[in-house]
Amino acid sequence: MNSANPRKVTVVVEQTTADYKSAVKPIWCPGCGDYAVLTALMRAFKHLDLAKENIAIASGIGCSSRFPAFLNTYGIHGLHGRALPLATGIKLGRPETTVLAVGGDGDGFSIGGGHIPHAARRNVDITYIVMDNSIYGMTKGQPSPTSPQGIVTRAAPYGTQERPLNPLLMTLSYDASFVARCFSGKVKEMTDVLMAALQHPGFALIQVLSPCVTYYNTYKHYRQVTGPLPEDHDPSDRLAAMALAMDTTTQHLGIFYQDPERSVYSHRVKKVQAHTGEMTLYEIFERLKC
Amino acid sequence: MRASNKTVVVRVGGEGGEGTITLGDLFTRIAAYSGLDIYSFRTYPAEIRGGQVMYQTRLGTKRVMTEGDEANVLVAMNQQAWIDEHEDLCRNAALVYEAHLALPAEGHQRYPITAEQIAQDLDWPRGKNFIFLGALLWFFRLEVEAAEQTVRQRMRRHVESLEKNLAALHRGYRHARETYPEPFPFTLQATEATEERIILSGADAMALGALAAGCQFYAGYPITPATPIMESLARYLPAFDGTLIQVEDEIAAINSAIGAAFAGQRAMTATSGPGLSLMIEGLGLASMAEIPLVLVNVQRAGPSTGLPTKTSQGDLFLALYGGHGDAPRFVLAPDSVKDCYFQMIYAFSLAEYYQMPVIVLSDQAMASRQETTPLPGAPWNGPLERWVPSAEELASDYRRYAYSEQGISPMAHPGIPGGMYLAESLEHNEYGYPNQNPETHQRMMQKRANKVETARRMLSEWRMTSRRWGDRGAPFGIIGWGSTRGAVREAMDAIHAQGIPIEAIYPHTLLPMPDRAIVDFISTKRAILVPELNFSGQFGRMIEHRYYRDLDELNIHIYHCKKEQGVPFKIHEIYDATMAMVDEEHELWRQEHGELANIYNTILRIRDEQRQSKKGDRCG
Repeated sequence: MNSANPRKVTVVVEQTTADYKSAVKPIWCPGCGDYAVLTALMRAFKHLDLAKENIAIASGIGCSSRFPAFLNTYGIHGLHGRALPLATGIKLGRPETTVLAVGGDGDGFSIGGGHIPHAARRNVDITYIVMDNSIYGMTKGQPSPTSPQGIVTRAAPYGTQERPLNPLLMTLSYDASFVARCFSGKVKEMTDVLMAALQHPGFALIQVLSPCVTYYNTYKHYRQVTGPLPEDHDPSDRLAAMALAMDTTTQHLGIFYQDPERSVYSHRVKKVQAHTGEMTLYEIFERLKC
Repeated sequence: MRASNKTVVVRVGGEGGEGTITLGDLFTRIAAYSGLDIYSFRTYPAEIRGGQVMYQTRLGTKRVMTEGDEANVLVAMNQQAWIDEHEDLCRNAALVYEAHLALPAEGHQRYPITAEQIAQDLDWPRGKNFIFLGALLWFFRLEVEAAEQTVRQRMRRHVESLEKNLAALHRGYRHARETYPEPFPFTLQATEATEERIILSGADAMALGALAAGCQFYAGYPITPATPIMESLARYLPAFDGTLIQVEDEIAAINSAIGAAFAGQRAMTATSGPGLSLMIEGLGLASMAEIPLVLVNVQRAGPSTGLPTKTSQGDLFLALYGGHGDAPRFVLAPDSVKDCYFQMIYAFSLAEYYQMPVIVLSDQAMASRQETTPLPGAPWNGPLERWVPSAEELASDYRRYAYSEQGISPMAHPGIPGGMYLAESLEHNEYGYPNQNPETHQRMMQKRANKVETARRMLSEWRMTSRRWGDRGAPFGIIGWGSTRGAVREAMDAIHAQGIPIEAIYPHTLLPMPDRAIVDFISTKRAILVPELNFSGQFGRMIEHRYYRDLDELNIHIYHCKKEQGVPFKIHEIYDATMAMVDEEHELWRQEHGELANIYNTILRIRDEQRQSKKGDRCG
């Protein structure tokens, strides 16, 4: 699927998807797009044969942010909008861990929107899955930063007045090293993208079009407007990726952009540590003596 | 004030950006290297350039506890320095000032220095401060060669200006020596040092304390006056295999630190008032999900942006009670630069052992001052570790939030097989999964609160919880916290010298309060002064509220001594407030005891007369 990033093929699969599942039954409504993400992610874990104890998932607040509870991995369900800072701390604190951040469009692009550019410019090795349903589901249907202008909701009875964000264009302009879009209606494709993202060394943002069946059911709409990226799209071409992200007729699915060569933050930290060498408290006190 | 310790207060005033702080800082260091003890204080405007700057340093032949009150020596680099400071000088102070300034300085000794003229001759107008430094070296008879070494060391990054500044220093020294060959009235003779001393700022003490406690991760966002802690750790932490990250805001700072702590690291952040306000939600998360975290708050004067570069103790209530819901935390209050070092070690111990957030309250005055202090020894206790479950504990139905009377439960971290759990900000059951049953909520609230009570019991065994000194069992007392201790201690020496028995206690853990020690203290008192640097008297209100029963039953009076001006207490402010308290209590006593009091009155009158005759110049 992506020639720039040849995937390791795991021959022996020891884990089953059920191994990654926790005892907690998801709180999501039947038909919620987030079930597909959960399935795809567990399959990606299985295909990559990741050990459960080496996975940590951080999330904020919202329906999709309940995600970590449904997985039998390490998880932290934190504050609204703060999945990325939590994930950053986990990754830097224990770099050998596979770290994910998950959440919704309100969590990620509204209250937590200020964290994305900084995660991108640091290139911390985090896979960030944004389940974008263009609505606030948990609080029962207020407009979100990706709601189309004019939709009528309980908090916008006369229609929303704001234009929606373009999350992919935004993330591309932040120069994130991996930018992709998936759709909950296409689990197999999503699994492939998530596997590529998990293997990508650096910050990866995946926008998943994940409809809310209760407050803003967009399944039919997305089936009509989504389509694969052009066959000849080169994921190392950021300008081309931006142009595709701005396409108003088709919502393309797949890996828009990837730069696998970029240095990762935790490696740079290691370099600084190696450069400074060892020091003892006693040596510091020596310098302060008078 | 203590006859055995001769001290001199040197105050430098000038325009911000013309090297006033550099002058004060270098002079302080050179004096310290010569064997004198030092204690410095600075006040500066929030702007980088412009505005009046004041740097005060107190030199002593023995340990100095405060920056002192009135100045013995004023270095006036501009007219404003005189305007600002002339009412705060000792009688017969020495005025070292730019020669062309018009100082109406009756009652003082004048030492004009033609600094601008010399700077012009040297074609180095920026060297004025070094000319003054040279002059000060002569006045205090400090070795100019040793001073040059200090300047070279401190200013080595300023390659292009170093030699010019050194030339200015030497010219200033020669000029002063030739113009004022007679002895300077405030020269101090350094005594031979008996112990190893270091020069330390409160901020550096906290950074080094964190390293001593095994800190592995720091996330922070620049904010005055907490930034020097981050800068110090930025330099040292990588050499201890730690990670420091400057993040996009305070919210990211606390959440990143929580993430690292969740991953098994000893993590911290530091901030000041506005940053603490932003971090409060994160503090609640650390409390709820039971994640160890050390949060340093270097207080500055608020509310809102307030006085960013000025000191205060106004964040006490925010630290103790800030946040929605009942979110247990610990609050520690170091009371000296050296104590900053130790309290950081205790903070990490408490955070890790109890898996809870710990707030350490410092303030601008303590963080940014330099102090000579004995080399810190080993901490009294710790560092304690967190309870990471063993393989056996994991094998038998591992519950991350297992209920216990102690409140502490085993905390696994990523990388440990079989320890997978969910750290939850929602109310959760023992496994960490969301659970909103009424019983679960009540029980989990109890579990988290139990940790504070367990700590209260444990801490009563620790020597770190409070410091008590003075006349044991005296009827007059002082309860304070944090950086006001120096001024209180010196004021108490003077009060004691007046024949009035007085005793003080400074709790180091404000949450949990060392109740037993406090009650033991107050129960011997008739009246207690509570000095603090905030407007509403937060600590005094807390004392009144918490110990109202004891205070009421024993008829103990609380006197508030509040100050919110952005600057520390002066010694005489504590002295005067205490004396006013003593006088009022005597008056009450007279009223209560009628005839008997007449005899006592006579005794008091005689003593008051003696007191008056002894009361001389405070500058000692």
